[in-house]
Amino acid sequence: MTSYLMETVRSKFPDAVLETHSFRGDETVVVKKEALADVAAFLRDSLGFDMLMDLTAADYLPREPRFELVCHFYSTKHNYRLRLKCPVGGEQPSLASLTPLWPGADWFEREVWDMYGIRFEGHPDLRRVLMYDGFEGHPLRKDYPLKKRQPRIAHRD
Amino acid sequence: MGLETAFGHSYLTTRLDEAVNWARKYSLFNYPFVTACCGMEFMSAFASTYDISRFGAEYPRFSPRQADVLFVVGTVNEKLAPVLKRVYDQMCEPKWVVSFGVCATSGGFYDNYATVQGIDKIIPVDIYIPGCPPRPEAVLDALVKLQQKVATESVLDKKYK
Amino acid sequence: MTDRKHAELPKNWELEKLEDGRMVLNMGPSHPAMHGIVRVLLTVQGERITDADVEIGYLHRGFEKTCETVTYNQCVPYTDRLNYVSPFINNVGFALAVEKLMGIETPARCQYIRVIMSELSRLTDHLTCIGANAMELSAFTVYFYLINAREALYRLTDSVAGGRITPAYTRVGGVTRDLPPDFKAATAEVFKTVRKNLADAEKMLTRNRIFYDRLHNTGVIGKEEAIARSFTGPVLRSTGVPLDVRKATPYLVYDRFDFDIPVGSNGDNYDRYLVRIEEMKQSMRIVEQALAQLPAGPVNHPDYGVTLPPKEEVYGNIEALMAHFKLTFEGVKPPKGEVYQAVEGGNGEVGFYIVSDGTGNPWRLRVRPPCFPLTAGLSRMIKGAYIADIISTFGQVNMIGGELER
Repeated sequence: MTSYLMETVRSKFPDAVLETHSFRGDETVVVKKEALADVAAFLRDSLGFDMLMDLTAADYLPREPRFELVCHFYSTKHNYRLRLKCPVGGEQPSLASLTPLWPGADWFEREVWDMYGIRFEGHPDLRRVLMYDGFEGHPLRKDYPLKKRQPRIAHRD
Repeated sequence: MGLETAFGHSYLTTRLDEAVNWARKYSLFNYPFVTACCGMEFMSAFASTYDISRFGAEYPRFSPRQADVLFVVGTVNEKLAPVLKRVYDQMCEPKWVVSFGVCATSGGFYDNYATVQGIDKIIPVDIYIPGCPPRPEAVLDALVKLQQKVATESVLDKKYK
Repeated sequence: MTDRKHAELPKNWELEKLEDGRMVLNMGPSHPAMHGIVRVLLTVQGERITDADVEIGYLHRGFEKTCETVTYNQCVPYTDRLNYVSPFINNVGFALAVEKLMGIETPARCQYIRVIMSELSRLTDHLTCIGANAMELSAFTVYFYLINAREALYRLTDSVAGGRITPAYTRVGGVTRDLPPDFKAATAEVFKTVRKNLADAEKMLTRNRIFYDRLHNTGVIGKEEAIARSFTGPVLRSTGVPLDVRKATPYLVYDRFDFDIPVGSNGDNYDRYLVRIEEMKQSMRIVEQALAQLPAGPVNHPDYGVTLPPKEEVYGNIEALMAHFKLTFEGVKPPKGEVYQAVEGGNGEVGFYIVSDGTGNPWRLRVRPPCFPLTAGLSRMIKGAYIADIISTFGQVNMIGGELER
């Protein structure tokens, strides 16, 4: 049962899956960015993952490709979880949006755009959600300094 | 200025000061600009156990035009700063500001790209309440100190011109 | 999906009148009913909402980036301030995630204590939610009764952890201190107060015509749509899906207790209110069972590479001194890898995703906030409703700013 999910995905998409592993009971599948939408659709329709629990990213500077999209899926019918990762890099990183499959991905992807600068093609309304509109840069990137401030109005002192 | 200042610094004006300040300090209408976790202690201070209504300051006024005291409760970040400035500007004189909690006082332990390091970088502050979050007793102490500060004011003060 | 033209409207603070008679109103960040600060840009036709754009970010405090610069145990006070009405649940979730990463397990007594404190936190969360929501619908007395109950609980958690709202109680491998000796008797007293105040509040609200009319059939959402929008917690359970992390993937010692998961049927605000009331009663049931089963023993993991050694040994022998020094300056060092640990928070599934690079600072710490998808779905839930229905929906969604925006 535990490696059934990983093996099914690997056998259905043999050239898209880069690696699979299981660490401390969490199963992870790493796919190429071109196959993200297809694998996600397969997970929802054939394997029963009806809930996208979380969608986020991580920055692995100085590794290339730099970013990694991390999605956590949950199946309410069968009560199992799966993590899907997708490395992406380049000057203007971009991926396919998962909003056509799960409407809940909407704000998660806006947050990834806001914090990391990864674009999502097919997203209905990609704009910043946590930072204000005129903010420059993407704060959670490793090369954005923690204390670099961008005041929105002039401070008194 | 009005007729009340015609006498300058004199016995009548000091009696007037006492009367006006007595009325002001025991009926402070607050504007709760609540953002974060300190809001929970704010709710506790304004509820029945740590009754702030004993000091006359219970009734929140959710319009800045009708409020005297601006309680800035919780963290203010860069996105919220213009909103705070606008709310403060809309308040009518006399007005006071209480900075509730360390995040409003100095940014707290959030020293990063998003947080304003203290609201006194945006608006002038009268009373600072430290604590993360401050206990409701500290809030009551701060209100008493604010009342003492209000008692030292005068109708001849420049800010009422 | 949202009206595309709506997103292009200028985001200013004045109201605007459109050509077809609709108005754009700003329910601004500083608003009595927007718990904390959320801005809803409403397009209304009379009193009916035709479109709503929810804007958040006014409490973003840089939690995730700050946690990349401190050690794992230093992240615990930051996790307090995520869902600040139920801080113990965040502390426990974070500690469980790091312990999963390290592959260690805490002693049995520690697990029972964590369950007890989590359930007390769930009580304060639901009490605050219903109290604040009732106050916004003008039921002031209910607010005072429930805050009184919450004060009694705060005094209890204060006696255990030293803090009412920000306890920072757990550490990796255990908790800071054991329960005080009179805890069982004190809890019994506090639960008497809570049950009495809850019964009074229920008498005033549950069969109240006005309250029922304000909440019934407002903020309705269906089962499949709620799952597709990643809803969890009382909002999802009000639609009829019996999903609760404590039953689905039991963590700590939840599988040893006998408790029920209340499930609604309509998916409206009234069902969410009823689900929360019943969950509070079930939480008290869990705490009483846990106190009856509480075993004796240590509360911290025995390995000094994880837990601070006791002070007598630190001043006594050199190994403990070195362990204390390394733990304080460099922190615990989990192996390289990544984990996702989910716990059941007051609003739903709180997930902690930690990526470790082998050093004492996390490489990436992500919190999956349960109210993030709920607030994203808010515009869908209030479309077509009256402006007055926003108050009930927003209150029952229980958006907590610290968790939403970290």
